[in-house]
Amino acid sequence: MFKRSEQDKRPQVQIFVDGVAVAARQGDTVSAALLASGVDARRSTAVSGAPRLPYCMMGVCFDCLVTIDGVGNRQGCLVPVAEGMRIEIQKGKREIGK
Amino acid sequence: MSVAPKRENYDVVVIGAGPAGLAAAATSAEAGLSTLLLDENIGPGGQVFRAISSTPVTERNQLGADYWVGADLVQSLRASNAEVIQRATVWSLDRNLDIAVSIGGASAFVKAKRVILATGALERPFPIPGWTLPGVMTAGAAQTMLKSSGLVPDGRTVIAGQGPLLWLLAAQILRLGGRIDRILDTTQRGNYFAALPHAFAFLTSPYFAKGLSMMREVKAKVQVVSGVTELAASGDGQLASVSYVAGSKRETIPADLLLLHQGVVPNVNLAMSAGIEHRWDDLQLCWSPVLDASGNSSVAGIAIAGDGAGIGGANAAVVRGRIAARAAVEALAPAAAAKLPAMATLRSDLAKAERGRVFLDTLFRPAPQFRIPSGDTIVCRCEEVTAKGVLDSVAIGATGPNQLKAYRRTGMGPCQGRLCGLTVTELMAQARGKTPQEIGYYRLRAPVKPITLAELAAVPKSEADVKAVVRG
Repeated sequence: MFKRSEQDKRPQVQIFVDGVAVAARQGDTVSAALLASGVDARRSTAVSGAPRLPYCMMGVCFDCLVTIDGVGNRQGCLVPVAEGMRIEIQKGKREIGK
Repeated sequence: MSVAPKRENYDVVVIGAGPAGLAAAATSAEAGLSTLLLDENIGPGGQVFRAISSTPVTERNQLGADYWVGADLVQSLRASNAEVIQRATVWSLDRNLDIAVSIGGASAFVKAKRVILATGALERPFPIPGWTLPGVMTAGAAQTMLKSSGLVPDGRTVIAGQGPLLWLLAAQILRLGGRIDRILDTTQRGNYFAALPHAFAFLTSPYFAKGLSMMREVKAKVQVVSGVTELAASGDGQLASVSYVAGSKRETIPADLLLLHQGVVPNVNLAMSAGIEHRWDDLQLCWSPVLDASGNSSVAGIAIAGDGAGIGGANAAVVRGRIAARAAVEALAPAAAAKLPAMATLRSDLAKAERGRVFLDTLFRPAPQFRIPSGDTIVCRCEEVTAKGVLDSVAIGATGPNQLKAYRRTGMGPCQGRLCGLTVTELMAQARGKTPQEIGYYRLRAPVKPITLAELAAVPKSEADVKAVVRG
């Protein structure tokens, strides 16, 4: 859906999406990294299980909800990637203990 | 990385580091007031100047000169003594000017003598069939990715809607080598005539020449369909096609990405939760706070600057930020106000920056069918409530947005009405034959962004606090 501009010279950062290594760039938000990676990052909603991807990318729609380093319901569009960060695509509601 | 505020009390706390917030915080700090600027994003800039200090887009002409103005604002802020905290989510503000802010998973509390709200705008909901499908995003979302990560669309891309941002985004995508297959312009034909009486002011504003050359640049490269009166996205779990009607002809085109935009509206959540009075704006079709000429709201000590005060654009936002900050300085340290530009000068700057706005508002007034959906189209994305669901509830007695919560949970999901509130108000107003002002809006309360119970439980508490809730 999206590609990176060639003038982007930012250093790479490795993150893990459901256990699979994905190359992101320093300064990417989790949501931007997921959309750029080409992996199927669709979460499913808590109400009906419908698939969703980020909609607004500015912190207002909550369609980017994702589990980051074991914590569920994080807004992926507001969190910058960090080396070794573990992302889980959230299916349904946030689970107790996450 | 996350740092709590250094003090418990400040003269001025500014919330939001977009054009208005940057200008307000720098002005207030320059005048010697203790100033704290809290912002939710990774870096300063808000939406217009997003990623101004970190963008990987180094070819300056690709983002345009208007973008790089933001770098000067950030520089003035950094040169001042203002304390700035990024990734700081304000979740409560009350009439006592007590502020609760979540930073790195922990909450801090500060008190201000003056609060300047600069929480800006968000994109107006665009509730068409299929707008929740993966692959449908806002134009602003695409622009955010472009500025902060140098990302551009490379699949089959359709941009639909209207307004200045849509053309700016299209130009930026093309300059960065991205792909746009078609632009579907939903501007109503009648709007051109309605806007005509306001055209002179616009012709003499700086937006006119810039807007025209940008539209030319885009139209030379992309097929633009004007007069689009119907729009729908479809696909099975992922966007596959976009269908539209223009000039009574229906067409369906395959698409991987649909970017929607029909203007921006004030982000009212924090202001409304503080009890600030808002009125329905019949021209901009949104809620706007009731403010005096210095941006002071109905709650003593809280001013609103920038697009949160009513949509005026980035240039107006900067001036409104300076006006609100000057008013705070006049109130708290009158002698220091002499160092700042005179209020009369600022007000004349503001009039200049707002020139042509009525023309834009009239020309780009979104059509009713794109604001007030029907049938199975989703209104509330969080709770997945359809237009029919809302109307059925009205039929059995729901009178306004707050009653509707009990029937359908609209506005009770994590976005707290940001993506459905305007639609619900207008839909219910139409169904009940009332004005939006009569129908009203959701009663918003803190926390205005979700925080965990663990974070709340970790808040320091006194013996009296514990006694108030523990039995025995």
